[in-house]
Amino acid sequence: MNYNDYEGVMGLEVHAHLLTESKIFCGCSTKFGGEPNSHTCPTCMGLPGALPVLNKKVVDFAIKLGLALHCTINRKSIFARKNYYYPDLPKAYQISQYEEPICSNGYLDIFMNGEKKRIRVLRVHMEEDAGKLVHESTIEASTYSLVDYNRSSVPLLEIVSEPDLSTPEEAVLYLKALRDVLVYLEICDGNMEEGSFRCDANVSVKRKSDTKLGTRTEMKNLNSFRSVEKSLAYEITRQIDLVKQGGTVIQETRLFNVDEGITYSMRGKEEAHDYRYFPDPDLLPLIVDDQWIEEIREGLPELPMAKMERFMTDHGLPRYDAEILVSDKELADYFEETVRLCKEPKTASNWIMTELLRELKNGNISPKDSPLSPAHLAELLSLIKDGTINIKIGKEIFPELYERGISPKELVKEKGLVQISDETAIVAMIDAILAKCPREVEEFRAGKDKLLGFFVGQVMKEARGKANPKLLNELLMGRLKGSG
Amino acid sequence: MERILDLNIVEVRKLLKKGEISSVDLTRFYLERIKKYDGAIQSYLRTTEEVAMAMAEDADGRIRAGEDGPLLGIPFGIKDIFCAKGMETTCASQILKGFIAPYDATVIQRLKERHFVHLGRVNMDEFAMGSSTENSSFQTTKNPWDLTRIPGGSSGGSAAAVAGGLCAASLGTDTGGSIRQPAGLCGVVGMKPTYGRVSRYGLIAFASSLDQIGPITRNVTDCATVLGAIAGYDPMDSTSIPQPVPDYLALLGRDIKGMKIGVAKEYFVEGIEPDVKKAVADSIALFEKHGAIVVDITLPHTEYAVSTYYIICTAEASSNLARYDGVKYGLRVDGKDIIDMYKKTRMKGFGQEVKRRIILGTYVLSSGYYDAYYGQAGKVRTLIRRDFEEAFTRCDIIVTPVSPTTAFTIGEKAEDPLQMYLSDIFTIPVNLAGLPGMSVPCGFDRAGLPIGLQIIGQPLDEARMLQAAFVLESEKKVKTIPDSFKG
Repeated sequence: MNYNDYEGVMGLEVHAHLLTESKIFCGCSTKFGGEPNSHTCPTCMGLPGALPVLNKKVVDFAIKLGLALHCTINRKSIFARKNYYYPDLPKAYQISQYEEPICSNGYLDIFMNGEKKRIRVLRVHMEEDAGKLVHESTIEASTYSLVDYNRSSVPLLEIVSEPDLSTPEEAVLYLKALRDVLVYLEICDGNMEEGSFRCDANVSVKRKSDTKLGTRTEMKNLNSFRSVEKSLAYEITRQIDLVKQGGTVIQETRLFNVDEGITYSMRGKEEAHDYRYFPDPDLLPLIVDDQWIEEIREGLPELPMAKMERFMTDHGLPRYDAEILVSDKELADYFEETVRLCKEPKTASNWIMTELLRELKNGNISPKDSPLSPAHLAELLSLIKDGTINIKIGKEIFPELYERGISPKELVKEKGLVQISDETAIVAMIDAILAKCPREVEEFRAGKDKLLGFFVGQVMKEARGKANPKLLNELLMGRLKGSG
Repeated sequence: MERILDLNIVEVRKLLKKGEISSVDLTRFYLERIKKYDGAIQSYLRTTEEVAMAMAEDADGRIRAGEDGPLLGIPFGIKDIFCAKGMETTCASQILKGFIAPYDATVIQRLKERHFVHLGRVNMDEFAMGSSTENSSFQTTKNPWDLTRIPGGSSGGSAAAVAGGLCAASLGTDTGGSIRQPAGLCGVVGMKPTYGRVSRYGLIAFASSLDQIGPITRNVTDCATVLGAIAGYDPMDSTSIPQPVPDYLALLGRDIKGMKIGVAKEYFVEGIEPDVKKAVADSIALFEKHGAIVVDITLPHTEYAVSTYYIICTAEASSNLARYDGVKYGLRVDGKDIIDMYKKTRMKGFGQEVKRRIILGTYVLSSGYYDAYYGQAGKVRTLIRRDFEEAFTRCDIIVTPVSPTTAFTIGEKAEDPLQMYLSDIFTIPVNLAGLPGMSVPCGFDRAGLPIGLQIIGQPLDEARMLQAAFVLESEKKVKTIPDSFKG
């Protein structure tokens, strides 16, 4: 048996913090940061007698995501209590959904090397987050813990996939696609580092020929795409090694250590839990009618996958371009606005993916805050198209255009960069160069074709880069082959 | 001032309005009575004299300024289960001893908006778990009719304080009979409204799907008055009913000609004391005399109610009481680590009955047992609810005894939880069905102990129940304060 006889089987559980103003069961702010315990009230502190009241906005968001993931939106869903003790959980139970979630049985398509794979989504449910323990240094070194309940009861959606992912790469693609959907829907900021988009993974391995799944482990603490990929790769290898040596995988929770790139067993800590789920008697069953669903459906934005398809069919972009552009909704919007003004999708895409993205990344600027507006980019592309300037000049002045946020027309005028398209002038420059380099002319005519570039360079240098390159090529060829 | 005890709140309000007495007089009157009699009854855990006097003075200012209102200046004793801002609220438990609530329960807020006077906090079984107040971790309240006997529970402090004339009215809570049973055993009026009629926000939960707040008063008129003040939709409680509150006083004094009164054979079983049976039968005859029509009904699933109840209420309690872990408020007993702290805190903080119910509730929710217990209990609960729905197609109200016996002696059932549980056998089905139920005095047994009649109504039909109770009260003229506590 070798590694290739085995494959991984993975399912992901993603927790997405929702961008609602207030918490899921009280009116407190969901804002990140803030003095510890300043965004709290009797309800999210779990004081005796306090009761939860569902924030309808959270339901809106859950329906939105459910529709985007092609789920069944359940007309009736139930909030349940998940009972366990931990100091960050003020009621000693988390209000979640268990047997009857709001959304079930959907899917999300991913593209692996251009090939579509459908990842089934088992369920999407609503729940509340817990608070946060704070330690003076590390949890090990501290003799006491402080608790900050600001995060307590912040709304979460948990999205559970079926075990349809076979490789760590697929898992990351699925995660990215899911995050894109959440961001497009404007219901989650997708920030993994701040924990507003978190992932746990269930991993097992099996022989490719087997249909029965192996025993799974649950991986926690995956707070970046890199962690997800590395930990899953490590865990799959670990499990295959174990099975190959005749061992058995134990069902357990494992923690990924980012620094060592290794997963560790958390045995004994999480295992024995019986959460004693039961319907929360403080909350009525949630009933969602058709009208509610239709209202949400009507307000749905175009989703990344649909946008990608449209960019490919309507704008004739290659999949590669479309994928990059739609990976950021703002970038896609930037592209569409530019195309609306200059009608050159592929050129616009090229400039955005190379020149613009480079500048944005350098400054860590989001597309909507770009100093260079889509209108100015469109103007620049028009200047190139109508021959006012050539591409080379365009690329040269791009950083300055970006930096100063001024009109390309103005800058070209200011710097005297208008392209030389006057044949007589270009011919004069060509002739001057050819006269200076008789030996090279001789060699070219003797068959050394690659010297053409040398002549183009020399003339361009003379023209301070402003010569119309197409015209220059034609005329140069004419002079070299024609006379003498 | 003694005559105050014979007046209802509407009449006292007239005196206040006319300026014949002041709220300060009234408050002093009750505080003095508490000093004089509560040593024997032990209904109050704490009086809040300063707060009470300040509230009374404020009320008097408002009365002088011409303000009016059904509870303006009326002194209440409040069961120690409602959060009241700035006041210690303990649920009669060591685990909450010293807990100062930072917010008002909705019912407290509603009483405050009506400028009531908060005399103090009355006793109860710890976390409302019990039928005698013997489970209070602070003191056992005595029945004013016989100080060797229990006042019932869990709202025993409320019922005893009202019966002893130590407040004008009280608020209690009822999960399986905790308002009706003590009201019955102390000979006063107690109402458990329809589930959802009164907001539970700020009521320290025992079993959320069963808990309901209601008044305990000396007469039916006061019951209607207080219910009118506390009932109504509250956006802070998702289970509260968004229906307008009727004028509960409106039907009082109307005749009951043609009212159909259901009598279920399942409620007249062995174990009922003959005197209780007779008092209930007499009451039914009295209703008939007033033109009501008696209808035989059947509630076939009654025998399963107690076991169903003890699965549901313990399950919910095990979760509701999990928050008392020593982390945030109340008692904390330090331990070598967090688990040890939890254990020590809860070991010391909870009494035996509370622990028993937490363990039971944890068990019935455990994986592998859930379906057989909690799941099954939910189904039986539906059957019990349907029994009532079916019965109410044939009658308007149902009457039963409140309890099979009159007040038992202190210690009599303390060591036998099952016997204690069975004392709520007639009240429990009403909570399971979410229906309104009330207890109204209907006589005394040969030992001179009060007997209560239970009136069960359809959802939100409290007004009709009050109407029938008022007929009984007017006709029977059962006294509600023992002679030994008069004067």
